Amino acid sequence: MTFNFKEEVKKEDRFCGGHRMCAGCGAPITIKNVLKALNPEDKAVICSATSCLEVSTFMYPYTSWKDSFIHNAFENAGATISGVETAYRALKKRGKLDATYKFIAFGGDGGTYDIGFQSLSGAMERGHDMVYVCYDNEAYMNTGIQRSSSTPHFADTTTTPAGTVIPGKQQRKKDLTQIIAAHNVAYVAQTTFIGNLSDLSTKAHKAIYTPGAAFLNVMSPCPRGWRYPSEDILKVTKAAVETCVWPLFEVIDGKWVLNYEPTKKLPVTEYLKMQGRFAHMFKAGNEWMLEAAQKEVDRNWQELLIRCGR
Amino acid sequence: MSIRERLSGNEAIAYAMKQINPDVMGAFPITPSTEIPQYFSAYVDNGEVDTEFIAVESEHSAMSTCIGAEAAGCRAISATSSCGLCYMTEMLYVAASDRLPITLAVSCRALSGPININNDHSDAMGVRDAGWIMLFAETNQEAYDNYLQAMRIGEAVSLPIMICQDGFITSHAIENIELEDTAQVRKFVGEYHPEHALLGRENPMAVGAYATPTYYIESKRLQAQAMLDAKQVILDVAAEFKKWTGRSYDLIEKYQMDDAEEAIVIIGSSAGTAKETVNEMRAQGHKVGLIKIRAFRPFPGAEITAALKNVKAYAVMDKADSFNGHCGPLFAEVAAAAMVAGVTTPKVINYIYGLGGRDVRVESIAHVFTELENIAKTGNVGETYRYLDVRE
Repeated sequence: MTFNFKEEVKKEDRFCGGHRMCAGCGAPITIKNVLKALNPEDKAVICSATSCLEVSTFMYPYTSWKDSFIHNAFENAGATISGVETAYRALKKRGKLDATYKFIAFGGDGGTYDIGFQSLSGAMERGHDMVYVCYDNEAYMNTGIQRSSSTPHFADTTTTPAGTVIPGKQQRKKDLTQIIAAHNVAYVAQTTFIGNLSDLSTKAHKAIYTPGAAFLNVMSPCPRGWRYPSEDILKVTKAAVETCVWPLFEVIDGKWVLNYEPTKKLPVTEYLKMQGRFAHMFKAGNEWMLEAAQKEVDRNWQELLIRCGR
Repeated sequence: MSIRERLSGNEAIAYAMKQINPDVMGAFPITPSTEIPQYFSAYVDNGEVDTEFIAVESEHSAMSTCIGAEAAGCRAISATSSCGLCYMTEMLYVAASDRLPITLAVSCRALSGPININNDHSDAMGVRDAGWIMLFAETNQEAYDNYLQAMRIGEAVSLPIMICQDGFITSHAIENIELEDTAQVRKFVGEYHPEHALLGRENPMAVGAYATPTYYIESKRLQAQAMLDAKQVILDVAAEFKKWTGRSYDLIEKYQMDDAEEAIVIIGSSAGTAKETVNEMRAQGHKVGLIKIRAFRPFPGAEITAALKNVKAYAVMDKADSFNGHCGPLFAEVAAAAMVAGVTTPKVINYIYGLGGRDVRVESIAHVFTELENIAKTGNVGETYRYLDVRE
């Protein structure tokens, strides 16, 4: 599919406004654009893990979802959509259903990297024809900014506060995209909001229309948890990509493809300095944290280049 | 025309599943119910059913896939035991509150710890308030028959249903059984076509809302009503089943209760042993009887109480403990029902028995009846919270 911005914006939204997500939240940007990647004639069943997204978009008796939608629990979006997709195959096989349906599950990093990890791994391994989309905002935002295994090293969260003895999260971010790629699924990609969102849209379309299990990891910043002005979201995601903190890549049938290489890789401080959750790293005496963060980004980037055959 | 066979309880359940040929099964193995998905996946792989079988990575996912599939408009089934049922617990509540009539076969087993693979009712009793209809079987035949009636009951009131039998005691023991003709089974069970579903309807459906205090309690009240309504449905389906097979079922079974002076209230396979005890003691002139509970959810409180009102003393037999320092779960419900009905003349005690597969013999039950006779004679109840056949 060739991305055409003018055509894309003309498509009808399958995710309605009027929901209760915060102004400037990254999650609805992810949801809206992933759903726009569905061919308009195709039906879909959407699943959401318990999350900010779920409680803000399906508060009885209102729903923002124009397609059939199921929320089950926090840790089982992978299994739940597996059940729906299996039901679809059962009904098709028995001649009880004509329409074409696609199956998409959404989870935050809590529901995906952590509590829903087993359910996701099971669904990916079984190879259901589905897409799992993680809107990764790097902490448990629904319960109030607690750390997850996706939270970056040194970040200040409410369960890893930047204290006088322990300065923020002590562990590195889990590389979930690579872990899902190791499941040998049909399509895996990492993306975020860049420019006119062609990267997100193109990858969402590929994920939805590649037969078999697919996984999209979408950096979807949370202005409250990351502590930057809401209107700066696209600056934050651009900095994440230009510093190589969040590279854009795909794994297609096991082949790693780098989608973007900055002409001049920016220092990680350009990304960190925009966000209050990293503010303590810039205090005098904490230079070692900035150095460590840079080393980690450099190492991850080098490893990615090797995987991509560079 | 019935077919006479010899099957284990697990085989009987798997065979019923095969005859029904549901749309989706999601299951994860656990002793002693493992054979059910094993037999069933052989039916799938040999083309004897065209059910989609999902070999999930846990019981939690088994119930999660069933919820997704049933909400999609399919008949979804699973089977489990013990810790597997515990692990599903969160999802059992969701299945019931989403009003999804999933059918779950449970081969009851003790809970850890100590780890133990043998029978008691700790697993099923642990999820008794999850909102599921629960039927218990004494024999393999009853397990099979309950399963054939399950979907008719659950789908009529939009509640999930658990078909429980005793792990190993009936799940693995081979008994004579009468199987029904598959075409007749399918005719009796019928097709499932819910009005609303995620798939294949003109309108989309949304399942699993966030409900504020403005709506939550009304949704629970509707759920409670469905359980109340289930009682008559169980009786209606049983009546139709009797017309078809000649085998009759009720909410409870009364055995030698008409003139009984001492009685026990019991669930599951031990009722068979207890019936033998009743026969032996009756032959010696003791007026003893028993009540076997088939439907534990909805709880037949009025029926149990009515059957007990003329006895002098009775014991409620719990194959699980509530660890409340007071009584087991069945005792609490029977005693509450008796109090509500104003039936307070009979003396009543509670026995915790058979935990972790401790054998329940004719002598064990005879001991209970002897104790009840002493209580009836002396009026002295003594300790009401007792353990049977235990080394103190």
